[in-house]
Amino acid sequence: MLSKRIIPCLDVREGRLTKGVKFRENVDIGDPVEAARAYYEQGADEIVFYDITASVEGRAILLDVVRKVAETIFIPFSVGGGIGSVEEMRRVILAGAEKVSVNTEAVKNPGIISEGARAFGSQCIVLGMDVKKVSASRQIPSGYEMAIHGGRTFTGLDALQWAIEAERLGAGEICLNSIDADGTKDGYELDLTAMISSHVGIPVIASGGAGKPEHLLDVFTRGKADAALIASMVHYRTHTIPEIKKFLHDRGVKTRMFW
Amino acid sequence: MIGIVDYRAGNLTSVARALEHLRQPCIMSNDFKSLEKADRIIFPGVGAAGAAMADLRRSGLEVHLKKWVREGRPVLGICLGMQVLFDRSEEDNTLCLGIVPGEVKRFPADLRDKDRPLKIPHMGWNGVRFRANHPVFSGISEEAEFYFVHSYYADLTDETWASGWTDYGIRFCVAVTRGSLVAVQFHPEKSGRPGLTLLANFCRWGGCDAQ
Repeated sequence: MLSKRIIPCLDVREGRLTKGVKFRENVDIGDPVEAARAYYEQGADEIVFYDITASVEGRAILLDVVRKVAETIFIPFSVGGGIGSVEEMRRVILAGAEKVSVNTEAVKNPGIISEGARAFGSQCIVLGMDVKKVSASRQIPSGYEMAIHGGRTFTGLDALQWAIEAERLGAGEICLNSIDADGTKDGYELDLTAMISSHVGIPVIASGGAGKPEHLLDVFTRGKADAALIASMVHYRTHTIPEIKKFLHDRGVKTRMFW
Repeated sequence: MIGIVDYRAGNLTSVARALEHLRQPCIMSNDFKSLEKADRIIFPGVGAAGAAMADLRRSGLEVHLKKWVREGRPVLGICLGMQVLFDRSEEDNTLCLGIVPGEVKRFPADLRDKDRPLKIPHMGWNGVRFRANHPVFSGISEEAEFYFVHSYYADLTDETWASGWTDYGIRFCVAVTRGSLVAVQFHPEKSGRPGLTLLANFCRWGGCDAQ
């Protein structure tokens, strides 16, 4: 049976981590390649880079980072943030990323999902979703609304309907971020995750709210997630990946324990 | 020198990067004349069987792949590179290379683990039970997991070819070996240290089966 995947997320800007990651002796590392190497060695199942660079120069630096990461780690990794065309996808994939994730770009132009899937296969295309809880209405029957531009703009799009549509268009995976849970460290949004995961046939990566290993246990059981994104809980060394994996393993969640 | 068969089936550079990491010189080519010089062949692939077979026929690689296997040159098929070695594939109803006896089938839509429906593709890390004693799988822990991504699985008609199995709702063959041929369904180049061990073993392997 598949192991539940644990995926550290690194925010990159102009080729540097926006927040340092603390490793041995709690030294702050700003280099995404070194951070990726450290997480790879600690047993990360996959790594996500989210690039918040706007400038053209910054995008070129990103490709250089992707190339170096690909020479350093031998597990899948994905890159997202501002990828708006199949050509940009191609550059990131040829630089060595296994997957690309699209978010705002896919809401504005859903065709990019199907074009990307045709060009590189569905397994390369991750749909990123920023979702906020709202009161259920005729327009938003699930009670969860899609946001774009890093959660700043609301779209009037129902999150569940969008997830189902994206799967139909050829998305291979969904990275589901709860705006309400993000940054709280109070746990993932379990209802949202379980709802989306049980209505699509593609894997769902839960994101937003992880603060302790119990939160991952909850999202893999009640939340029905296939994978979970983690950030500050490992970046600041309040927890480590081996410790989280052991916690899950001891409670009957299948995780990759040997690396 | 290792020849990586490049037949436009997905991004194959990750295999080349893993070999560079292992300090193994390699060339990536779709030209059988260049690959002919290689002393061993890696045949990777991501994508659809129909398009892959069409490209192998067009480029003349079909004939040469069969020849290399027949001649006993070590060949490692990976993912789609394993699937197209079979007689045929349900994907695009494709007639394949016919080197390995059996058929590649789509995972049943109602795939389940007890009462829980399973998602397709089979994507992520899963364990593999290897048949003991094959040099290419030596030194790999029984607890090791490998990275998979596929919607079709290999159904052998002759189980003596099988050298590794995985469970995902059903039990299926994920590694075949015979003579100088080894093929795996997972991606060793994306499977961390156990995957690199497998690739390093293949690079050293003389090509004689331990059977």
